[in-house]
Amino acid sequence: MAGFGFACLLLGLVVCAYGIGASLYGVRSGRMEYADSGRRAIYALAGVLTVAVLVLEIAFLRDDFAFNTVADTSSRTTPGLYKAAAIWSSQEGSLLVWAWLMSLWSTLAFFLTRKRIRDVAAYASAIMLGFGAFFIFLMVVYANPFSTTHPAPPEGVGLDPLLRFPTMMIHPPMLYSGYTLCTIPLAFGMGALLARRVDTEWIKAIRRFAFAAWLFLGVGIMLGALWSYSELGWGGYWGWDAVENAALLPWLTATAFLHSLMIQEKRGMLKVWNVSLVLATGTLAIMGTFLVRSGVLNSIHAFGGQTLGVPFVILIATLIGGSIYLVVSRRDMLRSEHRLDSLLSRESMFVLNNMVLVGLVFVILWGTYFPLISGALTGREAAVGPPWFDRYTVPLALVLVLLSGIGPVIAWRRATLANARRNFMIPVACALLTLVVLVIAGIDSKPLALALFCCAAFAIASVGQEFVRGTRARRAMTREAVPLALGALVRRNRRRYGGYIVHVGIAVLFIGVAASSSFQHVSELNLNPGQSTRVGAYKVRYVRPTATLTPKFDAAHTGSTMSLGAVLDVTKNGRHVATLEPSEGFYSSGEASQGTVGNLIGGQPVSHIGLDIGVTRNVWSAIQPDIETSSLKRIIAVGNKTLPPEDGIVAIAYMAREYLKHPPPAQFNLIVSPLVMWIWIGGAIVICGALIAIWPAASTVRSRVSVRSRARAVRGLARA
Amino acid sequence: MNPSRKRTVRLVVALSTAVVLASALIYTSFSAASPALTPSQLLRQGEPGRAYLLTGTVAKGSVHREGSVLDFAIADRGGATTVPVAYTGTVPDPFKEGREVIVTVEKQGGRYVGERNSLITKCPSKYKTAPPSENQNS
Amino acid sequence: MVVTVLILVLAGLVLALVSAPLRRARAHGDSGRAPGAEHSRERESQERDRDELEAAREAKYSEIRDTELDYRTGKLSLEDYQTIDADLRAEAIAILDRLEALTPKDA
Repeated sequence: MAGFGFACLLLGLVVCAYGIGASLYGVRSGRMEYADSGRRAIYALAGVLTVAVLVLEIAFLRDDFAFNTVADTSSRTTPGLYKAAAIWSSQEGSLLVWAWLMSLWSTLAFFLTRKRIRDVAAYASAIMLGFGAFFIFLMVVYANPFSTTHPAPPEGVGLDPLLRFPTMMIHPPMLYSGYTLCTIPLAFGMGALLARRVDTEWIKAIRRFAFAAWLFLGVGIMLGALWSYSELGWGGYWGWDAVENAALLPWLTATAFLHSLMIQEKRGMLKVWNVSLVLATGTLAIMGTFLVRSGVLNSIHAFGGQTLGVPFVILIATLIGGSIYLVVSRRDMLRSEHRLDSLLSRESMFVLNNMVLVGLVFVILWGTYFPLISGALTGREAAVGPPWFDRYTVPLALVLVLLSGIGPVIAWRRATLANARRNFMIPVACALLTLVVLVIAGIDSKPLALALFCCAAFAIASVGQEFVRGTRARRAMTREAVPLALGALVRRNRRRYGGYIVHVGIAVLFIGVAASSSFQHVSELNLNPGQSTRVGAYKVRYVRPTATLTPKFDAAHTGSTMSLGAVLDVTKNGRHVATLEPSEGFYSSGEASQGTVGNLIGGQPVSHIGLDIGVTRNVWSAIQPDIETSSLKRIIAVGNKTLPPEDGIVAIAYMAREYLKHPPPAQFNLIVSPLVMWIWIGGAIVICGALIAIWPAASTVRSRVSVRSRARAVRGLARA
Repeated sequence: MNPSRKRTVRLVVALSTAVVLASALIYTSFSAASPALTPSQLLRQGEPGRAYLLTGTVAKGSVHREGSVLDFAIADRGGATTVPVAYTGTVPDPFKEGREVIVTVEKQGGRYVGERNSLITKCPSKYKTAPPSENQNS
Repeated sequence: MVVTVLILVLAGLVLALVSAPLRRARAHGDSGRAPGAEHSRERESQERDRDELEAAREAKYSEIRDTELDYRTGKLSLEDYQTIDADLRAEAIAILDRLEALTPKDA
């Protein structure tokens, strides 16, 4: 069956080649049936890759260790769900999933645009098939997911225990969907330039794709942060790691694009800018994919070997060079139809917002690639750390939140200054009130966090005011009850009010980030049972040790042989707040050199966090129990020497009992972070707002409105 | 000022601000960055009081903990030169002998002290634990 | 061998899917309606223009509604609103005129 899977890849390559040829011939000659055929090649590619993925998945589920990928990342004891997900934990498997997701999303995008902008779509399909061919080429030549070993090994290595968490199951597919979705606007952007049609039809189509890319990428990034916080042993959610940044960069340019696109739609301006943004988003997405796989930068995610670097660099160079050439050679048709009417207009605010976002992109891009830049310029690789990133991104983020509060208050085209001044009074008052309250509460020790809280208050108040005024305006016309009016208001102005909700979500998210990073209390120390320590306003006491034993083939658990942990009692002012039970799981390694007992717990240990989640703060705890005390080591040594392999678990039981009877001091990390939950709540609000904004209006409503509007338009002109 | 002149002024102001900020950014990045060195490079070029990013593999048998300080030695990838490091702070789960790590160190007196919470352990390549026969450094 | 058969079946399905438009076009050509390349390109161009104008019209309508909402939520004074609204409606009429001029099809 591996042969069949590989043959599918080759068939996919043929399909791509045909599709590129057919699409280009069709659009150049005017014979649109060839362009249609080229579009169908995309559907065919999706079908072929689906079959390939199925072949690999079935191999995983059947424990077919002849497949090298299966043997490298799965094992008989890996629980079923994680077996299915193991496909994207290896270089070659993840390339297949990437190509497959790209073909699926492309199928959807090209199916939706099959009747419109067909010339643009023809070029775009050629470009998407080009990407497909590239990734299949990588698999066929460098990283074959269907390579086999004969005879097949009896057992696989198993999935890294660090990945056996539900969030890790969804995070890669979400992120890959986000990345692949970014390439679709890129293809349509290049297609529009090639077909010389950058117009309203194009805007309508590309906005949907850009929005989907933005949404999936955002969710993928959030899930990664959530996983990092709740499962990893460092208690943070964002470390300015190269791979985190690589995913953030296209998301920022996509955000900028979604805003500035509205200006092009209304005033026919910023065409060059928008096209550049869309090309940049796709290129950054490819660069992000490249970063994870090439090992070119030091990062926690060291995915692949050096061999993939060269093809990717060629692709990225082609994309950048091609983009610049296309934009420059088509600059005549990208001229603005109008100019900015007034600085005091929502268009201006969007331009400012774009500048801030691009500023952020530049900072993060520079910092992420700095090791390569400094290596090229000075001969020595050097890296900048999180403090450098924070220094520049925090002020920019502040301005961004501020702008999101100013924007809603300003009208399109030309705002009336007197009205604007009046409309700012309440939001500014809220900001000042927040300032006063926080200073009294003693928060002024962190000026940046304080500034952010005030800006966020300003933004949230501004949006709240918009909802109130909008509802009031509607009720003045229709006399509906408040909830009905509110619902109708949002329903009939989805983009505007959905966007407002997104801004509220971002403000809330930043409040959580500022609070949890500026006002954390951390305590890292060794404790003996009975000892306690202060963390912020809380007292944490190590009550007693815990030890659990898991039989080797227990599929219900994540497979750790032994877990050692602690019971922690958290109190505040004498009142009991929470009981935490952090632990560390020790997994089997399969390394015979560690001995029959040693290898049962010699695999990579995984921290299980003890977390108390609260509305106002989280108490986070991790433990590193000491299993290298002389008495425990002695048990392992004796067990290695005297016990047959199948009885090794008995020695582990002795170890657990010994640990409980004579617990050595254990290393604890304790963090109290305020308002962490609001980061995730903010993210959820963003998603809700985005869904509202993107939800298509019912076409019947639209046509009724158009007829009425047309009559009104005629009447209006007759009046003037 | 006629509108087109106003627009030019705005453009010039915006571009100048961008250039100034970008220059500040670029300038500070060079001074704020820590050079990445291998153990042999560190022993040769390391100056006391400066922070360096030490990259290499954790030497076998070198790891022990005394209270809150974790002592270990970092070896050149595939080489023999080692540098002993005294580290406090979070230790990532994948940390163990033979793994590739990055830690920010500073030479204080005769020892290399690891900066608090700066220890990063690379996820094992291809997300798997390497069986003993395979090259640990892939 | 099973693998060969499977791959041939898959390739056959792909071929059928991808060649359908070509076969359809040839069938139309055989029945006498043989559009020359120039004619079909011109037809494509007209359709594109219509799509474009319809999209521009929808966008202009929502701009008119947005401006009205801006006025009702107090961001614009009455004079400013009336000026902008008149501009937008004139632009809308221009689009409607161009749409009508294209082909005598009712919008």
